[in-house]
Amino acid sequence: MEKSFKITASEGIHARPATLLVSSATPYKADVQLTYNNKSVNLKSIMGVMAQGIPAGAVVTISAEGPDEAELLNKVEEVIVTQGLGEKC
Amino acid sequence: MLEIKGVAASNGIALANAYCLVEPDLSFEKFEITNIEAELDRLKSAISRTKLELEEIRDSAMLKFGEERAAIFSAHLLILEDPEIFSALEAKINEKVNAEFALDEIANMYAQLFESMENEYMKERAADIRDVSKRLLAHLLHIELPDYSRISSEVIIVAEDLTPSITAQLDKQYVKGFVTDIGGKTSHSAILARAMEIPAIVGTKTATKIISHGSPIIIDGLDGKVVVHPTEEIHESYRLLKRKLVEENELLKKYIKLPSMSADGQSVEIAGNIGRPEDVDAVLENGGEGIGLFRTEFLYMDRDELPTEEEQFNAYKTVLTKMEGRPTVVRTLDIGGDKELPYLKLLTEMNPFLGYRAIRLCLEQAEIFRTQLRALLRASVYGNLKIMFPMIATLDEFRAAKALLFEEKQKLVVEGAAVSEQIEIGMMVEIPSAAVIADLFAQEADFLSIGTNDLIQYTLAADRMNERVSYLYQPYHPAVLRLIKMVIDAAHSNGKWVGMCGEMAGDEIAVPILLGLGLDEFSMSSSSILKTRSLLSKLSKEKLAELVEHVLMLKTSSEVEQHVKKFRI
Repeated sequence: MEKSFKITASEGIHARPATLLVSSATPYKADVQLTYNNKSVNLKSIMGVMAQGIPAGAVVTISAEGPDEAELLNKVEEVIVTQGLGEKC
Repeated sequence: MLEIKGVAASNGIALANAYCLVEPDLSFEKFEITNIEAELDRLKSAISRTKLELEEIRDSAMLKFGEERAAIFSAHLLILEDPEIFSALEAKINEKVNAEFALDEIANMYAQLFESMENEYMKERAADIRDVSKRLLAHLLHIELPDYSRISSEVIIVAEDLTPSITAQLDKQYVKGFVTDIGGKTSHSAILARAMEIPAIVGTKTATKIISHGSPIIIDGLDGKVVVHPTEEIHESYRLLKRKLVEENELLKKYIKLPSMSADGQSVEIAGNIGRPEDVDAVLENGGEGIGLFRTEFLYMDRDELPTEEEQFNAYKTVLTKMEGRPTVVRTLDIGGDKELPYLKLLTEMNPFLGYRAIRLCLEQAEIFRTQLRALLRASVYGNLKIMFPMIATLDEFRAAKALLFEEKQKLVVEGAAVSEQIEIGMMVEIPSAAVIADLFAQEADFLSIGTNDLIQYTLAADRMNERVSYLYQPYHPAVLRLIKMVIDAAHSNGKWVGMCGEMAGDEIAVPILLGLGLDEFSMSSSSILKTRSLLSKLSKEKLAELVEHVLMLKTSSEVEQHVKKFRI
């Protein structure tokens, strides 16, 4: 399953937002990918997420697959929305 | 006593003993392994020890300095446990190389990936990767890294360079300054020193070789030098100078929030000059009311090809957003002359300052110019953008530049892009011909900005790079003052505003004259803003009218200087 978000954090996904995103996904078993500009990276990899260089205004898709995929996506959504990183679209 | 020259990355003066950071020897040999499983276990065990250490440092940083400084270690922990990095390490070790070698290869690969990114911020992340890999390497080799948070007396740190994790452990209570061998004004250690508000000298090349641990040293951030083993006398003079600076700065701080206004209530705008988007912070911290000059050359320099429209758009948008509606004057590309771009393959000229540069180049190579104009127009909706063209000598040039701007604007509107309707379009007055016919320009431009550095060199026909004629660089030469007066009067009689963005706008002698002449906007380096605002607040317009009347009748630059000095007393 997957969800899409529009990034609203003014500096895009820099170190702090990347840290938050990766930390929120790491405790779950499911595999999770972040796709931006047709390029997918492992959302549990801070290097991968930062290397995407996601700017403000970008639309990203997060897809998870595994036993706890729904919980993982809910958690990621919660972090994105409550930490002001972006909004659901 | 000995002096070492360097780049002053952060202002101020510090006096303390040197604390030399000695890098532990982390050299290792590459060798072939036989037992892959055992090597992976060795790596995993080093990772878990590194993890414990980082958690400890993070918790201690959290207690001592708060969440913001501790955040870097949370990021380091994620890098350490990054599954992609671990798989890469695993794959490398499967090729039967030792873990140290595998780590070095993979860390370099990731660091280079970040270093090659366009975004300055992302480039800096390479330092984090190298930092984490160094810590892990130390654990693989069973070498203990020094703990800098234990420093508990006043010191000046002397190091080849500072890594993010070392700097995050430094306690400002004890660390009074930095001296490094490498780095420039924008390197990590320089940025950090400014953020910690402590003086720093970077790029000394030799400091770690010359300064020994515990030697008394002085950082002179005004002059960009380090004094090692100062004499009693020198030490005392620096101590007094430091006290004076601290007192002055305290006094100036009250001007951060005050409006720029003369003693009798005439208000003007004091703005900052910037060269990079991150310079905006310093302008705002010093209470700048706008940006009077954003030199856009930085976008084009230190690279192999022209910047894309998108890159430029992002830079302009960042600046405009940060300025939150304050006036922001962007100067279009001023390249050529002494500022060369290898990839444009310009011919070497006999007289570069009189040659193919700035608007002359932009009108000829219009595609380069159009890209910049489009980026500016698209960014215009994020703030209060004003665009100005450099090196305008004739009305035809100004009209041609403006026409290109309107063409690009029309195209964008047709494409459905949002463009502000309030963009003011002005020009630099830095060529005497433009100053002389400022009345004609003022009918067609929304504002004029006097660029004194070039105006002076062109008026006195003296190359400002040539030291033998440097005596002719005379800002108060009657010819220069008359030209400035002509420009201000011409603009005002056409209902337009005039700014100045050369060194002169923050000059103690020039400011009273300029205010008396009616200059509307003074743009300068952010470190001069508060000093100038404080000076303005002590001047009254009525008295300045007399001053200006007298000054304009004086015959030489030195007569003007003497007279203003007397007047200020």
